[in-house]
Amino acid sequence: MRIIVLAKQVPDTKNVTGEVMKPDGTLNRAALAAVFNPEDLNALEMALELKDRYGGEVIVLTMGPPRAAEILRDALCRGADRVILLSDRRFAGADTLATSYTVAQAISTHLTPFDLIVCGRQAIDGDTAQVPPQVAEKLGIPQVTYAVEALALSEGRLRLKRDLGRREEVVEAELPLLITVPRTANRPRWPNARRLLKYRHARCGFELEAEARRQRREVSEVLAELRQRGLYIETWGAEQIGADPARIGLGGSPTKVKKVDSVVLRGRSLRFFSPDDKGVKELVGELIEERTFG
Amino acid sequence: MAEHGEVWIFAEVDDGRVAGVALELLGKGRELAQALGVPLAAVLMGHRIRPMADSLFAHGADIVYGADHESLAEYTTLPYARLLTGLVRERRPEIVLYGATPLGRDLAPRVASALKTGLTADCTDLQIGSYESGGRVYRNKLLQIRPAWGGNIIATIVSPDHLPEMATVREGVMRAPEPVPRSGLYIEVPVSPDPSDGKVRILERRTHPRRVDLRSAAIIVAGGYGMGSKENFGLIHELAGVLGAAVGASRAAVDAGFIHADHQVGQTGTTVRPKLYIACGISGAVQHRAGMEESAKILAINIDPEAPIFGVAHYGIVGDVREVIPRLIKALRGKL
Repeated sequence: MRIIVLAKQVPDTKNVTGEVMKPDGTLNRAALAAVFNPEDLNALEMALELKDRYGGEVIVLTMGPPRAAEILRDALCRGADRVILLSDRRFAGADTLATSYTVAQAISTHLTPFDLIVCGRQAIDGDTAQVPPQVAEKLGIPQVTYAVEALALSEGRLRLKRDLGRREEVVEAELPLLITVPRTANRPRWPNARRLLKYRHARCGFELEAEARRQRREVSEVLAELRQRGLYIETWGAEQIGADPARIGLGGSPTKVKKVDSVVLRGRSLRFFSPDDKGVKELVGELIEERTFG
Repeated sequence: MAEHGEVWIFAEVDDGRVAGVALELLGKGRELAQALGVPLAAVLMGHRIRPMADSLFAHGADIVYGADHESLAEYTTLPYARLLTGLVRERRPEIVLYGATPLGRDLAPRVASALKTGLTADCTDLQIGSYESGGRVYRNKLLQIRPAWGGNIIATIVSPDHLPEMATVREGVMRAPEPVPRSGLYIEVPVSPDPSDGKVRILERRTHPRRVDLRSAAIIVAGGYGMGSKENFGLIHELAGVLGAAVGASRAAVDAGFIHADHQVGQTGTTVRPKLYIACGISGAVQHRAGMEESAKILAINIDPEAPIFGVAHYGIVGDVREVIPRLIKALRGKL
């Protein structure tokens, strides 16, 4: 079966260390490392496991700036068969609606027919979880969010376990289908050493010129050789996917950011008590006086 | 014609009752409807739902749109999204709000995509205000306020040119209004099943009772990774027992296996605002603070005086939780 994984390169918001904080307590965004969105690795793992069981191919698609090719190299090293970079200056500033249009457009123009689209539950930069259901709607296919386990595939229907916190469901869904996968679903496999040696040389369209300069060869020659060795990262812009310019990027986004405030630790009237019996007794006395216990 | 459309909330149903988050949405929805001078309506879907409409009226809904059909007895994405999309197209509300629950986050983006309108996820506040862009002033817009970048920034989002303005709202942040005896207009929404409805079928559904009800707890004693071990985490339970408090935890403590994820407070757990929050061995990552900093009083106990948790605390003790908590238990036993 043909499985498409949607992935995103994100700033590593989970590792906000001291050097990333500016003296005023706000975040220095440029200092954050860019990483493979963690739950997209769970999505890739789910896709690779399904491929191991039922055969087929795993295609990883990402939309982002040229440097997002980094996570595609990583995906190849972990076992993806084919990777695609959707990148165009005109895609910049897209909200979830414009992003889902762009991604759905790439899929419907170049990757149809497919059986399954697997996405991480959400990305750690926005935590919106919106793009996957929006892609499913645009492609006119059903969706199953919070899928933690693929139980069985038969007669074009996939049986899945969903974890909704207090609720668990077993559902059966018709293919083609889009699913989203949370971090609890599996443990992503590590890059394979043999694949690492090969695929670290993979290059996307934006990296061809630099590669040609490095090798002192013509761009066309380098491209031909990369393609022949399976090391070319397909790179598509707005034209290649026939995107309607009015529906992509900032202009195609209904939502606008009015303002952004950095979170600064609020200065409160913090009072310290000593950790010994005396301090603890004082504290308890104070809490009782303020009727904090009810 | 009225200048603005109605304010809608999607009334999620949980175990045959209106979910708490839907009542919270009615509280905020009332403010927004008042600011715009329009009615507040709830959309209710399911089977044999009429009695639940009364609860929605009591909590502030002027109108309930009810889609009642046996095929809607359990939530599945396709029919719910199809019906809601159709209803929005027909009635043209100004604003539609959803709880940022697993259900709301499954449904709302699907509807937003079909309507080609904006959607902001996981808002922690909503206001009516103006937005200026390109020399144009948009008045009476929904200002959608939400944390982003792992809680490190707060963004205000607007959807100036598209209706309806839609947002999912974090659970536990808005206050549910007190119910009062009042009635409203119940409008039945016709339901005709569609062949596509059966593309996803629920084979089994299991609900396990919540292990803990953090949202309604007056006092929460929460432990973090700094507790060191599952055994030491027993001190948290003991202190909570003395205070009649609920037990909370940071994500690090949950990930370390000290306690079940139902107890997790923070951005991916529960948002709480008790009268007193006692944070023990919790460093206070932004994701955790986002879920508890609205507590009326915060006591932080941590060995590290530089821990960010002290930045939101009212009372602090710098010390080893394994020594301080037993002292606290002793002092409380003598007083309470």
